[in-house]
Amino acid sequence: MMTGAAAIAAGGAGSARQPRNAALPAVIFAIFALMPAFAALTAQHYLVDTGTRIIVYAVAAVALDLLVGYGGLISFGQAAFIGLGAYAVGILSAAGIGDALVSLPVAIAVSMAFAWITGVVCIRTKGVYFIMITLAFGQMVYFLATSLAPYGGDNGLTIDARNTIAGWPVLKNDTAFYYFAFLCLLATYLLCRALIASRFGRVLRGTKENATRMAAIGFTVQRFQLIAYVIAGGIGGVSGFLLANSTEFVAPAYMAWQQSGELIVMVILGGVGTLDGAIVGSAVYLLAEEWLSGLTENWQVIFGPFLVLVVLFARGGLIGFCARLRLRHG
Amino acid sequence: MTATLFFVQVLNGLQLGVLLFLIAAGLTLVFGVMDFINLAHGVQYMLGAYLAVAFYGVVGNFLFALIMALLASLAFGLLLEFLVFRHLYERDHLDQVIATFGIILFLNHAVRMVWGAAPLTLPMPDAFTGSVLLAPGQLYPVWRLVIIASGIAVAGGLYLLVTHTRIGMLVRAGATNARMVSALGVNIKRLFMIVFGFGTMLAGFAGVMIAPIISVEPGMGTNILILAFVVIVIGGIGSIRGAFVAALLIGLVDTLGRSFSIDVLRLVMAPSPARTVGPAIASILIYVLMAIVLFLRPAGLFPARGR
Repeated sequence: MMTGAAAIAAGGAGSARQPRNAALPAVIFAIFALMPAFAALTAQHYLVDTGTRIIVYAVAAVALDLLVGYGGLISFGQAAFIGLGAYAVGILSAAGIGDALVSLPVAIAVSMAFAWITGVVCIRTKGVYFIMITLAFGQMVYFLATSLAPYGGDNGLTIDARNTIAGWPVLKNDTAFYYFAFLCLLATYLLCRALIASRFGRVLRGTKENATRMAAIGFTVQRFQLIAYVIAGGIGGVSGFLLANSTEFVAPAYMAWQQSGELIVMVILGGVGTLDGAIVGSAVYLLAEEWLSGLTENWQVIFGPFLVLVVLFARGGLIGFCARLRLRHG
Repeated sequence: MTATLFFVQVLNGLQLGVLLFLIAAGLTLVFGVMDFINLAHGVQYMLGAYLAVAFYGVVGNFLFALIMALLASLAFGLLLEFLVFRHLYERDHLDQVIATFGIILFLNHAVRMVWGAAPLTLPMPDAFTGSVLLAPGQLYPVWRLVIIASGIAVAGGLYLLVTHTRIGMLVRAGATNARMVSALGVNIKRLFMIVFGFGTMLAGFAGVMIAPIISVEPGMGTNILILAFVVIVIGGIGSIRGAFVAALLIGLVDTLGRSFSIDVLRLVMAPSPARTVGPAIASILIYVLMAIVLFLRPAGLFPARGR
């Protein structure tokens, strides 16, 4: 689908040739770690809620960046995994099972299983066809959820209480929940970093640069892509687990295709193929939404053109833009 | 499930199909010729409907509103092409997705600011307000037949344009290998602009034609966009013929699925679960169809050669 020159240009804007700033993730995670303390000092408790929201979406966005930025697999169905994870929590809770030791593994397993089954079909297609078929499977789960009449159907279902951890209701406390989500994000980030640095990651990046060549060297390209897809799906399930617990509510809207679109926007906005960018992107997106919606009801009228400007003038997303600014000014 | 009811639903399916074709035709050309993912195509359909309502408010004549809305859609499409899209043809698909997503956000809410969030209506032209008698006691609105006829007419015109004119030849060549066409001395930028403007106008036309029978509201372009993408992917990107076949297929499958899924399910399950499961299955049908088509033919039913 993509011509050779375009592929090289895209690669240049992506990860492989961009010098990675090792201090950036440290700064990002330090800010997240200190945020509740800052919120408590300035008595702005809503910051913890906002921070939780950012972290929940950042988990899914980091996984999506693993697919998009390193595997060249543009999935338009990432929200489906969030939804599956969330519904796993909701349905288990409705059945009286409200412990994270059960529901978190189930959320991950369900998402991974769905990713495995659909991935076998998706991976056969390339480029835009891949985008569309992942969208199709996402839509199927979405409509399936709307028909789950025993679990609220269109309206969704309320969860009685947040999950306990081995019977200990620690997550009831918003700050404790924030740090739990923070640990999930940290684990996700470290896992993805390790994957990318491993042999698996190098092969995956190779398939993005030139799948034919990787196949010629002797790698089963589709197997590597499928594994990446399943891993990203499982992490999406974690994000869904966190989302369901933080809002104590599950609805089909979590997996509407617009949600998948927003996740892609977050990844590209921050800078695709950096992992850090996915976190920065979710933070900027959700903060901009909160700030602009305070200014005007139709905040998208400002945010839409901003996205266009980012694409036109800040290649490589916000991280790429800042890196170039730094280069220019020494 | 009587034969007449079935026939009425087939007509409704055809009507949805030609509507999808009008939108998908521009989308598949822009996609096929320029390798450009235009998510904003759906809001251009919405804009066509809004413009028609606005122009109708000025003069009160449907034909005039139609013509003015088409011209304004064209002008707006060319403006967008000039300001944003032409800078993105060489870019990654991802950049195109995010930029056009930004345009969707902007237009959906700009429309809300200008015309308000409440649904608007566009009256039909007087000559077509009636109904025809299909069978005893079974009336069918004339306007839906007009939509079907105009869609088929556009499809025929497009077929002639693409297969029997010089510009059509260039478009086909561009869909197969745009780089080669440019190397042979064709002004590819102008070709892109023509294709883009034309596609926008077709989407606007679809919006105007459907406006009398649905409510014109912000976000009306979003769901139809996804359907149009399903159509062009099933048909094979860049293929007008594929878009036509797939559009009718999707229109019929979706409409018939929605009308008869509950009745069919009742044959195998109790009425109450059938009522809840039926609509879900009907909504999923077209995506299942797409997954099956892509599983069997990963490049769609009528893949453009050389891709």
